[in-house]
Amino acid sequence: MTKPLLEIKNLKKQYPIYGPMGKMFRPKTHMNAVAGLSLEIHEKETYGLVGESGCGKSTTGRSIVKLVTPDEGEILYQGSDLLKLSNREYKPLCRDLQMIFQDSLSSMNPRQRIGQILEEPLIIHEMGDADERRRQVMEILTKVGLSEEYFFRYPHELSGGQVQRLGIARALIIKPKLIICDEPVSALDVSIQAQILNTLTSLQKEMDLSLLFISHDIGVVRYISKRIGVMYLGTLVEEADTEELFANTLHPYTKALLASVPDFSVAKKREVVLKGEQPVRTDEFRGCVFHTRCPYATEKCKTEQPELREIAPGHKAACHLCEGAGNA
Amino acid sequence: MKNVENQSQVLLEIKDLRVLFQGRKKLLPAVDGVNLSIRQGEIVGVVGESGSGKSVMSQTILRLREHESEVQYEGSILFDGQDILKLPLASMSKIRGNQISVIFQDPLTSLNPVYTVGNQMSEVLMLHKKMSKQEAREKSIELLNLTGIPSPERCIKQYPFELSGGMQQRVMIAMALACEPKLLIADEPTTALDVTIQEQILDLIVELNKKLGMSVLFITHDLSAMAQLCHSVRVMYLGQIVEEAATAELFACPSHPYTRGLLSCIPRLDTDREEELPVIPGVVPPLTDVPVGCHFCTRCTLADEKCREEEPPVTEVTPGHKVKCWKYGQTEKEKEAVQ
Repeated sequence: MTKPLLEIKNLKKQYPIYGPMGKMFRPKTHMNAVAGLSLEIHEKETYGLVGESGCGKSTTGRSIVKLVTPDEGEILYQGSDLLKLSNREYKPLCRDLQMIFQDSLSSMNPRQRIGQILEEPLIIHEMGDADERRRQVMEILTKVGLSEEYFFRYPHELSGGQVQRLGIARALIIKPKLIICDEPVSALDVSIQAQILNTLTSLQKEMDLSLLFISHDIGVVRYISKRIGVMYLGTLVEEADTEELFANTLHPYTKALLASVPDFSVAKKREVVLKGEQPVRTDEFRGCVFHTRCPYATEKCKTEQPELREIAPGHKAACHLCEGAGNA
Repeated sequence: MKNVENQSQVLLEIKDLRVLFQGRKKLLPAVDGVNLSIRQGEIVGVVGESGSGKSVMSQTILRLREHESEVQYEGSILFDGQDILKLPLASMSKIRGNQISVIFQDPLTSLNPVYTVGNQMSEVLMLHKKMSKQEAREKSIELLNLTGIPSPERCIKQYPFELSGGMQQRVMIAMALACEPKLLIADEPTTALDVTIQEQILDLIVELNKKLGMSVLFITHDLSAMAQLCHSVRVMYLGQIVEEAATAELFACPSHPYTRGLLSCIPRLDTDREEELPVIPGVVPPLTDVPVGCHFCTRCTLADEKCREEEPPVTEVTPGHKVKCWKYGQTEKEKEAVQ
């Protein structure tokens, strides 16, 4: 197998939970947003990270572009650990790593015209002179499906789908290698969502991009990703190639997630309906992350955390109940 | 689930409703000639993209838009035999929350942040049902229990922000049910929630509909959520209903090009991943720029001259399945001609 483009090893991030007196005393406990996450993203591949809100998928994405500083772990890109680099050392690498947000409008300066917004990354990374930059801005505008006449408009003049296109254009203009897409289509109507997904996949082929696609919508993730990681409470519970994951779903959480995708067939029978909600993973949390909601949980699940291990080639799951199946 | 109470009484009847907002230059029709009726015990779904006027329609039923800018109504909304649009505003407050309740998309903005859950719930009961404080408290606990909140005694002492999104939505539903309304309007009740929680809430609405026999007007942009609980579905586009049918019928043979587009552009668990997703080209035009003929003609791949000039009639495909499209009848005639 080729060397991965980006490798995350044992990533951890916790946030303090203070007692009633606030920050006066030491934190009561911690909320473990990401607790020991490892994943690999290969070149030209789309890795889909799926999970409910609060499972730490955005924290993972944001720590790659240093919007969040993790407590522990390594993020290896081209052999160097991004977390150990100084800002000066990081700058040339950050050209390769770009991000698209869910709410692109709030990530744009409302006082800048679209031309300026798109030109800024080029100025920061000192790419080309003014004429060259302008040429590149025009090129990217047409590429993402906006037209050149938008150059002098402001972001608030655009519709939701157009703003998302602008977000994509801004990420792509410096020709990155990996794009972190944090719920890029969640806020859009379905007809617009399909347009944006098509733009994203065709640009990926054209520019040889890798994508880390973060979403809660398993239908969308399935469509766009080659490999999928299912996240729950800060860790991966299952990881496999897309076909494999849908053909042989192992983890009870993934099964429940698939069952909860409402189907168009009216008389659908649902096997697993999850009860309850996602708990908070404090320092005291023991056992399998999913044991509080799992219909099959045993005593062992409540005390011992299962490791993410390979059950079939390329198919990993973290579940005590799957291990027997793997050995047999 | 389908055609449950075909012969039951019509509870709400909207006739040729037009809601017009005063624009800078002209009146903007947010809702443009909608006909819709809800029977007792029926769950009717309205689906459409943002800007299709589905929320304005639901707010008009409760007349929540009145105090705002200039709004003009045409048509009528008959609820239990009386025209809601002709009632004085003062008597609306007897209907709101009592006979017609509403759940909104974002529960946190609809709940009052400075009162406890118990306080807010009791207010409804004390106002409409003239209950004493103690009675209202007991009734609140009972209602919260009904919606599946684990420990209602604790919950009524909590403030809305202390609850999770799913729990807040349950409180909203409990509050909406407080006076046993005849009609519940659910305006995108699950959009802000996670899929596993969404499922719980949808199941809850179906269960309550069966148990209490109330009608539900379910508004959403999510076609798949609709399949799960509605008896019949209306598809809205730019203020008009373009297709209406029983749920199974609509998903089995969608007849309007817009409905077909909506259904095909969602990545499903069996979509071919190598293929490009089918799309509806373009965007919903703004209200200032509504096309003259068929409202969908700017994005329709089948549209021709006639579609751009004349408004299409409503054609009945099969009994109860109606579609507003020029092309529908034509393709049928063509088929017959070929035969």
